[in-house]
This record gives sequence, C-alpha cells and structure tokens, in this order.
Amino acid sequence: MKRTRKKTLPGFGITMGVTLAYASLIVLIPMASMAVMSADLGLAGFWRTVSDARTLAALKVSFLCSLAAALINAVSGLALAWVIVRYRFPLRRFIDGLIELPFALPTAVAGISLTVLTTDRGWVGKPLFELLGVRIAYTQLGIIAAITFITIPFVVRTVQPVLEQLSPDYEEAGLILGAGPASVFFRIVFPEILPALLTGFSLAFARGLGEYGSVIFIAGNIPFRTEIAPLVIMSKLEQFNYDEATAVALLMLVCSFVIMFIVNRLQVRAASFAGEK
Amino acid sequence: MDGWRRGNGTLRVFLIAFSFVFITVFLVLPLCQVLWKAFEFGFRPFWESVSDQYALKALKLSVLTTVAAVICNTAFGLCAAWAVTRFSFRGKGFLITLIDIPFAVSPVIAGLVFIMTFGRLGWAYPFLSAHDIKIVFAVPGLVLATIFVTFPFVAREIIPVLTARGTDEEEAAVLMGSGFFTTFRRVTLPHIRWALLYGVILCTARAMGEFGAVSVVSGHLRGRTNTLPLHIEILFREYHTLQSFSAAAILVATAVLILVARNIVEGISRKDADYYVR
Amino acid sequence: MCVSPKPSSGGMPGARGTAPFPASSPAPGKAPGELPPAAAAPFRGPQDSPAGGARESGSGRPAGGGARGSAFPGHGAPGGDCGAMSPGTGTGGPGTAVPGRASAVSGAPGLGIGTSGLKPGDSAPAGPESEAPRGGAASPGPGGAKAAGEAARAHVSLEGVNKSFGDFSAATDVSFSLPEGTLGALLGPSGSGKTTILRMIAGLETPDGGDIRIGGTRVNDLHPSRRGIGFVFQNYALFRYMTVFDNVAFGLKMQKVPRAAIGERVRELLALTSMEGLERRYPGQLSGGQRQRVAFARALAPSPRLLLLDEPFAAIDAKVRKELRSWLRDMISRLGITSIFVTHDQSEAIEVADLVIITNGGRVEQAGTPLELYRDPATPFVARFVGESTVLEDYGALVGFEGAPRGASCAVRPEFVHVCPPGEPVQFGNSSEDAIVESVSFRGSSLELRLRVKGYELTSFYSLEHAPVAPGERVKVLIYRVYAFDGGEARLVNNSRLSSQGNGYNFVI
Repeated sequence: MKRTRKKTLPGFGITMGVTLAYASLIVLIPMASMAVMSADLGLAGFWRTVSDARTLAALKVSFLCSLAAALINAVSGLALAWVIVRYRFPLRRFIDGLIELPFALPTAVAGISLTVLTTDRGWVGKPLFELLGVRIAYTQLGIIAAITFITIPFVVRTVQPVLEQLSPDYEEAGLILGAGPASVFFRIVFPEILPALLTGFSLAFARGLGEYGSVIFIAGNIPFRTEIAPLVIMSKLEQFNYDEATAVALLMLVCSFVIMFIVNRLQVRAASFAGEK
Repeated sequence: MDGWRRGNGTLRVFLIAFSFVFITVFLVLPLCQVLWKAFEFGFRPFWESVSDQYALKALKLSVLTTVAAVICNTAFGLCAAWAVTRFSFRGKGFLITLIDIPFAVSPVIAGLVFIMTFGRLGWAYPFLSAHDIKIVFAVPGLVLATIFVTFPFVAREIIPVLTARGTDEEEAAVLMGSGFFTTFRRVTLPHIRWALLYGVILCTARAMGEFGAVSVVSGHLRGRTNTLPLHIEILFREYHTLQSFSAAAILVATAVLILVARNIVEGISRKDADYYVR
Repeated sequence: MCVSPKPSSGGMPGARGTAPFPASSPAPGKAPGELPPAAAAPFRGPQDSPAGGARESGSGRPAGGGARGSAFPGHGAPGGDCGAMSPGTGTGGPGTAVPGRASAVSGAPGLGIGTSGLKPGDSAPAGPESEAPRGGAASPGPGGAKAAGEAARAHVSLEGVNKSFGDFSAATDVSFSLPEGTLGALLGPSGSGKTTILRMIAGLETPDGGDIRIGGTRVNDLHPSRRGIGFVFQNYALFRYMTVFDNVAFGLKMQKVPRAAIGERVRELLALTSMEGLERRYPGQLSGGQRQRVAFARALAPSPRLLLLDEPFAAIDAKVRKELRSWLRDMISRLGITSIFVTHDQSEAIEVADLVIITNGGRVEQAGTPLELYRDPATPFVARFVGESTVLEDYGALVGFEGAPRGASCAVRPEFVHVCPPGEPVQFGNSSEDAIVESVSFRGSSLELRLRVKGYELTSFYSLEHAPVAPGERVKVLIYRVYAFDGGEARLVNNSRLSSQGNGYNFVI
C-alpha cells in the first residue's frame, strides 16, 4: 500500500497488522473458502439445488414472513419512536429502556418463550384461538410474530435519533405557513424520517431472512408450510449434504449483500439531502 | 413552542395506548412467561434444574466463549477503529465493509462458513488433523463462530465517535513526544470509553445468546460442546419444559442486567457533553 | 457599494415605495420610542403603487430604476446598483395600475409584492384576520376602532407582555410599538429575551400576560398562520426534501391558492430574490446566501403584513453578511413591509433598522431610532451598550466635569475623546488633560489609541493623517462630553469648559 502522505500519527503498522490478520482469519478466509468450495458444485448443481421445490418454498416462507414482520415493525417502530421522543407520560423511560430486549435476550430463549405464549393453551394463544379462531404457534403467523419480536429495535433505534435531532424550526415554519398537523407530519416531518425508516426496515428485513433461533421453535417446521430457509440449510448440513447447503447459503448471502447495498445507498442519498444543513 | 406542538389529543392517547399494548404483548409477556414457567412449581425445582451438571457445564462454556469473544473483538475493534479513522489508505472502504459483513450474514450461514473452512471438507482440515487440532464440533469452533458473529459490535460503536472527534488531540500529543501506546491510553481512550463500554455490552449480549451459528458448529455433545442456549434447546425438544425454562431464566437475568447496564451507560454518556454513544 | 443613507425616523417614506407620506421631521425632545404617525397607507398591493410614481429622491437614489440589476452580488456590482430597483415583477392583479416588467424602465417603483390575482386584502386568503382591516391604519375596522384612537398608528404593538419559562423570566413588562412600514430591530445581549419576544409576536410562544396587536387586532389567541406574518428562521428551516419552488410555494399551497396563481407568484418572488433558474434545486445544493433568499421568498409568498426575522445573518460568513444585509434592507424597504428582526450585532441594527428596541434581561431598555439611542440613551445600560463605551467611575476628577457628584459613573465613547496631535497647537489648552498613550492598534481606517488619563483608561480613534504617536508618548486630550449615570438614567453632560462646534448628535440628516 503506497504511502501517499506521511503519517503523523503512530501505530499504523501495528494496528493495521492486527486488523488485517484478524479480519482475514475470522471473516475473509472463511467467507472466501466457502465461495471456493462451493464452486465445486458447478452452476448446474447450484441451479438444481436452488430450484428444488422444497427449497423454493422455504425461501418464499422466509421472504414473505420477514417482509410482513418488517412492515409491522416499520409502523409500530415509528409509533414507538414518536411516542418516546415526543410525548411525556409515566413509564416512558421504562419503555425506552426495554426496546433493546430482543438484542439482549438469546434467540433460543425468545423462541421457546414465544412458542409457549402463543400455543392454544398459552396466555396469548388461548384467548386468540377461542375468540377469533386464530392460531399463532406452529403457523406462519407464529414465524411473523417471532421475527417481529427480534427486529423491534431496528426501526425504533434508527428512527429515534432522527426524531430527536429534528429541529422544531421545520414544523414551526410549516405551522406559520398554514399547514395543519397532518400536513406538517406528512409533508415536512415524514420525508425527514423516511430514510431512517427505510434503513431500519431493510435491516429488519435482512435480519428476519436469516433468523434461526427464535423461529424454529415456534414455526413447527413443516416443509412447504412453515419451513424457513435457514432451517433448510441446517437440515442439509445434518444430512452431510454440504454442497447443497452451501448453494442455498450462497443464495441467501447474495440477498443479504443486496440489502446491505441498498441500505448503504439510502444512507448516502439521505446524507446528500442533508447537505451542510 | 407551546400548545401548537402538543398535537391532537386523541391521536396522542391512541399512540401511547398502542405503544403500551405493543410493548406488553411483545416484550413484557415473553419475559414474564419465562419466569412463570421457571418458577411455576416453586424455587426448588428451578434450583435443581439450574444446578444440574450439564446445565452448569453449558453455562460455563457459554461464559467462556463470551469472554473470549469479547476480549478478542474489543482488541480488534480498537485496532481497527484506530487504523480506519486515523489514517487514509487504499482499501479502507473495503475494510469497513468487511467489518460489517457478519452483521448481514445469517448465523446459520456463519456456522456453515466455518465448517467449510475447518471442517472435514474444509481445505484446512488436513493441516488440522495432522496436528490433531479439532475446531469444528469442539470448543474452539464455538469460540470462532461466536467471534465471527459478534465481530463488528465494538468496532461499529467506536468508529463513529472517533471519526467525529478528529485527530487534533492525538496529533498535539504526538508532537509533544508521546508514543503510540501513551497517546492511545491517555488521549484517545478517555474519549471513547462510553462507546467502548457500550460496544462491549452489546457484544456480550450477543455472544451469550448466540444460537444459530454455534448450533451448526457444535456437536451438540452434552457437557462438552453445548452452550447454554443449545442446552435449552435440547431440553425443550425433549419436553423438559421446566428445566429448559429454568435455564432460560438465568439468561433472562443476564439479559436484564445487560439492559440495565446499557441504559446506565447511555444515561451517563448523554450527560457527558463531551461525546455521544450512538 | 453605493450608500443610501437610511431614512431617519418617519422622514423617508418614499423609500418605501408607497404613496408618499407627509414628510415630518423628527421633533427633538420627544420621548424615544414614539414615531410620528405613519401616514394612512394601506398595506401594499399593486393598486397602491402609483403608476410611474417617482420615488422621493431624497434618498439619493435616482428616481426610477435603470437597468434591471439587483442589489445582490453575483449579478453585477456588489452592493448593487442602487438605482436598480425593479424586481421585474409587479404583474398586476385585477385593476392594478402597475405595468408589467417594462415598468423597470418607466420608473415605477417595483413593489415586488405583485399579487397575480391576489388582492391586498387577501394577503392571507385563508382569512386569518378577516376581522382586521388591512394595515390597520387606513380604515378603522372593528378591531381598529380602538386603535384609531391611538396617537401612534402602530402596526405592531406590545403592551405589558410577560413570559416566563419556569423560574426564568424571559420577558417582563415589554411594551413597544412599530408603525407600518418600519424596519425594527430587537437588539440585546444573548439571553435578553429578544428572540422570545419575536416568537411571541409570531405566535410560537404564548405570553403569560399583556397584549400583542398586529394591525390593531389583539392576536394573543390567534394561531400563527392566522396572524398574517412571515417568519425567517435563523437556520432558514427550508424543507430539505422539497425543491426551491415547492418551498416557496408551500404557504400558498396550504392556503389552497390555485396552481396557476401559485406558479406565477413563486416565479415573481424568485425573480425578486434573484433566484430564477434555481427552482428545481434542493436546499442542500444551495449556498448559505441563496438559502437565506429562498427563506425570505418563502416567508413573503403569502403576502404577509408583518415580516419577522430571527437573527437572519447569524448563519452566514462574515464576508457575505455585509452584502446580504444591504440586500435585505433594500428589499424590505422596496416592499414596504413592516419588519422586525432580532440581532445581537449592534452595527447591524444601527445600520439597517429604522427603530431599534434594546432588550436587557427580559426588559425593554429603550426603543428609538439609532440616532436617538446614541444621543439620548435612557438608561446606563443603553449608554454603555451602544457604541464602544468605556465606563468611568467617579469621573469628577476630569477637567471640566468637576460638578459631578462624588462617586458617580459615566460612559465615555471614543468619539467624545479627541487626541490633539503632537506638534500642533492645542485649542482649549486649559481644558485639556494630559494623557499617556498606552497602546496603538491599527484598525484599518484609523488608529485606536488607548490612553491613560488621570488613572482612567480611555479609548479614542486617531486619524492616520495626523502625526503618528507611539506608546509611551504624552499627548493632550480633550473630553467633550460624557453620559453620566444618575440612578437609573443616563444624562448627557458636556464638558463645562469646552464648547465644540458640533454638538454631538444634534444634526439633521
């Protein structure tokens, strides 16, 4: 690496060294070797695996359930962030502190807990089933519920800082110019928080696609109905079907990277609007 | 701005009510459920489950992997943050993206990746078996997988703070003759301590709770390669509900501790006008 | 930059581009804060502009615009071409007497608030103050009946306004009034309550007590959008996700003005603020000065009758600030709209405003023209605050001021202290003081001398044309006058042994 500029600060050698070594060992090499090893499969093999009916069904389940969960969280997360930032009411700080629970709680614990909660005899499952005939555990609804739980913090925590830092000037300007509260929200405030909302949504969606621990308990894992993509990978692994597991994994990786890329673009675009303010 | 901003009264009530309901259903109830199921029959059964030898070994293993992951990732996070924010070099963008990769990867895939590298089919296998090193289906594999999954946490918290801070103070120190470690310890570290602490907390939480990746890499050998979440899984699947929830209650306790710690750190860092955590 | 002398109080209505006021000269000795009644001039609209009316040339500007330039740099000479008056607008509403763009040449004062279909009475078509007559001064409407009795036909008036935030009182017993068409400045140190006062006028804060009237109507309980005001924020608050066009159009859109009318009006305003061609840009792509102009255009779009500006130049770099200042001054005087701006920068207020209201600790110390503030400061604070004063304690030791009570303080301005150039004969030698020059600083156009006189430290400006002085030199100084502090008041006290030909501030512009 060319030194185009004399480094005034010390420590370049050692920090770069450690960083590179570590990053290679932990991330780069394993990821690369997976790509390399899966090349053995060949394009035909890859396609065959991926287009297998059961795999496709699992991908569809993962995709749709994550999407639904991300949408639910987009709306709820926005409401939660709004309420926490803008209103004052008892227990507000409690709610604010509780938001990170899905990050702090192990996914397996969340999984078993949500399952028991939503079975036909559970605290939530029982009334829902008796009153509305709706089952949550062991259905796709259960998957959606679990993913929703896991991804609550994503939207709330990305929207919250934006709301907090939003200068009241914008809304005051709108008010003076004659905008009613609805106009102020939809025309002025919403565009400001939309980038953050989209980022949170995408992060939630990406996370939901790959979620394993909290979902497998509640899902029931019935192929073609409630089997999720990570489980497909897992079962192929258990059958020592490494090639096929890798193929599906690669596909999911590609999806994740695409989402990551989109999130990045969104952030860049939002930053360009913010300009220098 | 007084009344004009407070907004529509009905909307306000509705939103607050909605928030309470949502939080209760999704966050409070699951927590309560765990505690209920664990203590349903009193304290004794809970205690017995938790002091079961397999449970204890699983707990020990969880703690071990967590500590290892936190230490390694913190050291890495500090180095990476320093390298990335204090220097400009080719490939910096790539490195930053690299750091974010584990975030985007499903835990199961993370486990798979290590199997493909260090497992029987992995290219490193011949080398490893020649030296009789077991990684996959053994404790080292668990540690590696956990490290992978929690890789970005510390770095991601520190980097924005350091970027926003600028290099003035460090440059001033260096000009006055301070060496790398001294500068780092006395100038940089105080500024990032809350971000660092926050990252460590997040890393710990994730490491303790990691399930998917370790599930792939572990051999599910009771007492040997089971972390606590894996232990919980086995118990649940065998319908040992009480025991699994008892173990889960332990993790709930750690989760609550983590939440409290995080809130405290955030509260302190906010008061400290010098820097911010997020 | 061509300097247009600011009209003195009440005297230069022509600069406002309205029907000429009866000219009235400032009556000496009147209480500060009261301006002679503004002529009954209804709020502007094209109907009111005299077609081809020449503007009063007393302002020094050639009647009638010449080329279509603008006062804003980037379009020609910085500071502009003072004769360039036309905003290129004046598209008539029904019945307007103002010709279109061609008026630039014919000399019709470009008003800029051409209304393209909006009549002056509709300046806020949502019908904000249907109860208030336009401008308040012209025809007493229902609310105006009370105001009609007032001597000063105030367009904006505050009486006994109070506001506190918890324990902190931001404003206490604030009262002042502004006639129509005046450009007023709220000037004071940080935390003195000026922004709070502005926000209360706007309706963004509610006063705890007192009355705020705009156009004679009490507006305390009116929603901000119904007060007929335009507000320019310190950081502009331009809607970042809307184009310049949409930003400016926003107020009109909220009032459900038809699209075609919006389009015309926005284009008119963009032309007025020299922002044509930038409609499709986003605020993030504009420079600071450009953003300010868009903010200005946006505030003006709904044809408000009162324009409020919160530290409009605070966010601009110093270099651009001066140009923008005079641009704003030009613009406001052309439009003739009553305006109030908040600033902590003295020179800005003195240079730009017709009426300056000095605030301190939530109270109004004094309200008056810049000249009045300099000449007749009402309180020691004003005497100290305005200009670069030095406060002397127990000034009775100075020659010519022996009559001062013991222990009294006074404020001395550099312009009161005359340093006699060494080597030249000293007039009034008996009345002079001996001084030692402590330091000499170069100020660009003059030298600033710090002098020690009898233990006091004084500052004076010294022309570069005189014989140079060096630190440590002894010179003679004459102190012409001071502002003595007497209880809560400040009085002008002349040096009893000197009589200068000038008399301080008693001149007529």
